[in-house]
Amino acid sequence: MVNASMTILDRIKDASARFFDSDIWYSFKQSPGAMISAGVAAIMILAALFAPLLASQNPFDLAQIDLMDASMPPVWMIDGDPRFVLGTDDQGRDIFSTILYGSRISLFVGFASVVVSLIIGVGLGLLSGYAGGRTDAIIMRIADVQLSFPAILIALLIDGIIRNILPKEAHGELALYVIIFAISISGWVQYARTVRSSVMSEKVKEYVQAGQVIGLSGITIVIRHILPNVLGPVFVIGTIHLALAIIIEATLSFLGVGLPPTTPSLGTLIRIGNEYLFSGEWWITIFPGFALILLALSVNLLGDWLRDALNPKLR
Amino acid sequence: MFNFIVKRIIQSVFVMLAVAFIAFGMFRYVGDPVNNMVGQDTSLADREQLRKDLGLDDPFFVQFARFAGKAAKGEFGLSYRHRLPVRDLIIERLPATLELSFVSAVLALVLGVPMGVYTAIRRKSLLTKGFMTMSLIGVSLPTFLIGILLILFFGVVLRWLPTFGRGEVVQLGWWSTGFLTISGLKALILPSITLALFQMTLIMRLVRAEMLEVLRMDFIKFGRARGLGNASIFYRHAMKNTLIPVITVTGLQLGSIIAFAIITESVFQWPGMGLLFIQAISEADLPIMAAYLVLIALIFVVINLVVDVLYVYVDPRLRGDSGGGHG
Repeated sequence: MVNASMTILDRIKDASARFFDSDIWYSFKQSPGAMISAGVAAIMILAALFAPLLASQNPFDLAQIDLMDASMPPVWMIDGDPRFVLGTDDQGRDIFSTILYGSRISLFVGFASVVVSLIIGVGLGLLSGYAGGRTDAIIMRIADVQLSFPAILIALLIDGIIRNILPKEAHGELALYVIIFAISISGWVQYARTVRSSVMSEKVKEYVQAGQVIGLSGITIVIRHILPNVLGPVFVIGTIHLALAIIIEATLSFLGVGLPPTTPSLGTLIRIGNEYLFSGEWWITIFPGFALILLALSVNLLGDWLRDALNPKLR
Repeated sequence: MFNFIVKRIIQSVFVMLAVAFIAFGMFRYVGDPVNNMVGQDTSLADREQLRKDLGLDDPFFVQFARFAGKAAKGEFGLSYRHRLPVRDLIIERLPATLELSFVSAVLALVLGVPMGVYTAIRRKSLLTKGFMTMSLIGVSLPTFLIGILLILFFGVVLRWLPTFGRGEVVQLGWWSTGFLTISGLKALILPSITLALFQMTLIMRLVRAEMLEVLRMDFIKFGRARGLGNASIFYRHAMKNTLIPVITVTGLQLGSIIAFAIITESVFQWPGMGLLFIQAISEADLPIMAAYLVLIALIFVVINLVVDVLYVYVDPRLRGDSGGGHG
């Protein structure tokens, strides 16, 4: 197994060999749905990452857009221009490029919110499960109350309150962080409850007692020894939460209380395009909409599969 | 049972107090209430007088108690923007939201339950696969996109249905209803479908899961052994036992329908409470925000309380004299 004489390359080989030998990989290969959705999600994430290389223009650089190109339909319609595959908006921005840059922001907000939620939720879950007693009771009561409201409503309320506390000039700049904060706070409960119940069943096991007997501190036991054993379900929740976080962000941006038009996410693009729906320029709003559906659907399907694959009852 | 109800009521009161506290903090400490009420040319002395009259110099808890007392009577002061009592604004908008939510809830139930039962009974049929795929897409489709797609298709391309507003409404006392005019009913169609779709997929999946669970149980096997027909097994015995969780979840979903109405109302410019709230956020109209916060929390708390109590009441296994099942 792992020893000091192994080079880094060997370790990577070892790890990947273990991965390709695992049940998860086997189940992945058996499920066409999981493979397709993983493929779609991977393509969309890569496209967003390499947006500056793939996009024909930077739609937010005024020097690169031309009002003469405004409101062009997609290339397969009459008046379509081969330079703009999915058409242009009212300011002459290429829709395909705005989608690439927009999904970049959507994905960033999604991942950041999941990471923050996960840290808060797992932290409180570990604390709640290991400490028990009054700490546990307080944290779980708060979780119960929060769980009785839909996450999207909580995110909207937090976002609305913070926007009113901040001065108006700061909205544009801080909108990204405000929305990440709002979505993170709305999503920690699932992580906390799951981790708490796993910790409760782990902490009576012998390895934990052994740790206590040799005098390890509570923090060491929880972080070094219990945490790695309760992470499985956390990944499942994280994947499904990513889809939800992207949808919540898009919804808030669509409602006009999310990201501003200067740093548009997919939701902002849909909001902007929605104003042109009635004048027949459907492509400005529908294509970003499809990108959003594709992203949310593929991540959701991946999460569904992961949940089944990690569920020992279904093996 | 009694202990359980008392415990839940105390918990609900705490939740309401916490929400009222947040609403109060926002109302009192975000911006200056006096500046928001008076014009530019009001003298400093007048401002001081107003400050005193409003009781803004009183100790914190006195102010909070006054706020909570007024809130309990439904008084939240004047809207900064509309210059009208917040209570009147909300009462004016309430019927629009409630009618939309009611139609959506009925739609979700009437379609969701039979679809759930069907997909559980005919697990292999093509229609079942269709329903299941649709529900998966439904879960990933954000509400506002469903609305936009419906508007594009039925409003812009086919021009069959109106895409914004309530149409003509009829006043019945303080309640304005869209149920009594053709244009009011037509205006309801697209928004209510938009709002119902997500809840429908949820109900369908729940009914299916519960039904599959019940169909595996011994009393169903026994029923079959006794020679009962499919219809009797499915509808008289199996469905009856799936209804308890379905009632609970549907009850809880009622609250989220009212919350999701914010999005639907925004897409269709439906003049309800949600639209009022979204506008209040972007206009920093704090009294309206505070009032909406308290109102929506109240709706959720009451629904949760009623559902919890009903749940214990309906399911005899949770009763017992030891007091309180889960809690």
